[in-house]
Amino acid sequence: MTSNPLSYIVVLKKDCPTCALVAPVVAQMQASDCNVEIWSQDDPGFPAIATKVSDDRNLEQSWRLKIETVPTLIRLENDTESERTVGWDRQEWQRLFESDQLGLALPAFRPGCGSRSVEPGMPEKLALRFGDISLGSRRIEIGDMEDPIESCYERGWSDGLPVVPPTELRVVRMLVGTGRDPKEVLGMVPPDLQPCTVEKVAINAVMAGCKPEYLPVVIAAVEACLIDEFCMHGLLATTWLSGPMVIVNGPIAKAIGMNSGGNALGQGNRANATIGRALQLVIRNVGGGKPGGVDRSTLGNPGKYTFCFAEDEEGSCWESLAQQRGFSAEQSTVTLFAADGVQGLADQKSRDPESLCRSLAAGLLTVGHPKFAMLSDAFVILVPEHQRIFADASWSKQQVLDRLTELTTRHGSELISGVDGIAEGMPDYVKDMDLPKFKPGGLNIVRAGGTAGLFSAIVGGWLASGDMGSSPVSKEIVE
Amino acid sequence: MTEVFLDPTAELNPAAKALLPRLQSLEGKTIGLLDINKPRGDVLLNRLERLFTEHGVLVRRYSKPTMTRVAPLAVRQQIAAECDAVVEALAD
Repeated sequence: MTSNPLSYIVVLKKDCPTCALVAPVVAQMQASDCNVEIWSQDDPGFPAIATKVSDDRNLEQSWRLKIETVPTLIRLENDTESERTVGWDRQEWQRLFESDQLGLALPAFRPGCGSRSVEPGMPEKLALRFGDISLGSRRIEIGDMEDPIESCYERGWSDGLPVVPPTELRVVRMLVGTGRDPKEVLGMVPPDLQPCTVEKVAINAVMAGCKPEYLPVVIAAVEACLIDEFCMHGLLATTWLSGPMVIVNGPIAKAIGMNSGGNALGQGNRANATIGRALQLVIRNVGGGKPGGVDRSTLGNPGKYTFCFAEDEEGSCWESLAQQRGFSAEQSTVTLFAADGVQGLADQKSRDPESLCRSLAAGLLTVGHPKFAMLSDAFVILVPEHQRIFADASWSKQQVLDRLTELTTRHGSELISGVDGIAEGMPDYVKDMDLPKFKPGGLNIVRAGGTAGLFSAIVGGWLASGDMGSSPVSKEIVE
Repeated sequence: MTEVFLDPTAELNPAAKALLPRLQSLEGKTIGLLDINKPRGDVLLNRLERLFTEHGVLVRRYSKPTMTRVAPLAVRQQIAAECDAVVEALAD
């Protein structure tokens, strides 16, 4: 037997009719002069008619042999795998075993069943137990008497809401969502300027409640916030209200079930809610940015828990925000904006573009302060019923932006300090100038929201826009 | 079973939970003395009260209804609201 260079491995499980069917065959093989190892995934007593069965209930062998289907027959030559066949295929089994006497009483073909080692969630569990996964993060042991969620609070890892405890298994499962190396450093996260690896993003994504398929979006959002033009450090440290708003464009939004429709800026959609939250947790935990620490915001805003949505591209008559910023419709992207919060803009009576532009302009003029110009940027979140008014008149997005720029341009003499009995205002030297409300490119429009309701929204931004502070930034999502 | 988490932070702080910052000075501070209701705890606390008072420190006294349980929430909240630090007498 030992002189025979051929040997075989068969992996089976009792809970598989095809495995039960081939039981006499494997017994017949073991009775030959070949070395035939049988591994049973669920019952070491199966098959009862075999001479010897090895116990693989912990699935180590199945994992190491990369078994996906049972039965699997593996042929080894000098202890090295040369071929394998899955399920029962008489011709194949006879060829691999070099015997035309094998399984003559059986039907010619029966498909196999799924291996227990590839059941949902199992590969990551086995990889963690038997593999060489090396996660670099420090392990923190939680005492037997500690509540896992409470212990996350006590360590300061939470934004105030419960977080999902970041166990090794959850983090390994999260990392399945990206093809990127867990050790890859995405950049230095402010305010502590600490290196942020893909693994640290995955840990915080677990805590935020993300599914693995959201991870590429979170990674892109972290990369985007580290682009110098976004000025994440200043945005965190400012006494102003703002925080990062994340807009997702491209096919991934639909693929992961993001909401761009009714209540797009509200609660209830897991992807919207957890992607924005994961970004904030990375800033908090990796960067060390916490309220009362470097985060000096006077009021903050609810969006600092999470502020993330997808643009409704499907129903739009215009190019998307991402296309406008140079990406193709096939690319998925995130765009970040230093946003304050949401201001509703109702206009149920306008039926032509000019009237609606005047409404929107009136709202836009209040961003930051009605007497401020060229300080904040802003986004208009245009709802479908409002966009239809522009579509019906064949107005392009650029036409709308141009008209809004005209309508929000005011003479400096109306804006300077003291005018209208308001001490706040622009400096005297602008009194003879025409001042656009927004810097060039500082006003943007995206489409989102439900199909009923003539209620759009204005999202104003940090008073320090552009070169003196933050500009919107975009990053392609790499899966 | 002990659970193991992966540290989500930049790992600048020790893994063990940090103690609250200690007082740098007693000047102008209010110190709470918590009697856990075990015999002779008052001997220690009375002596401490005298020492603190001699140093011009304001002292407030509190007690637990029973030594066998943690202090009731109301007592803990009252101490946190009224004091800068607390001394708890544990021994007989």
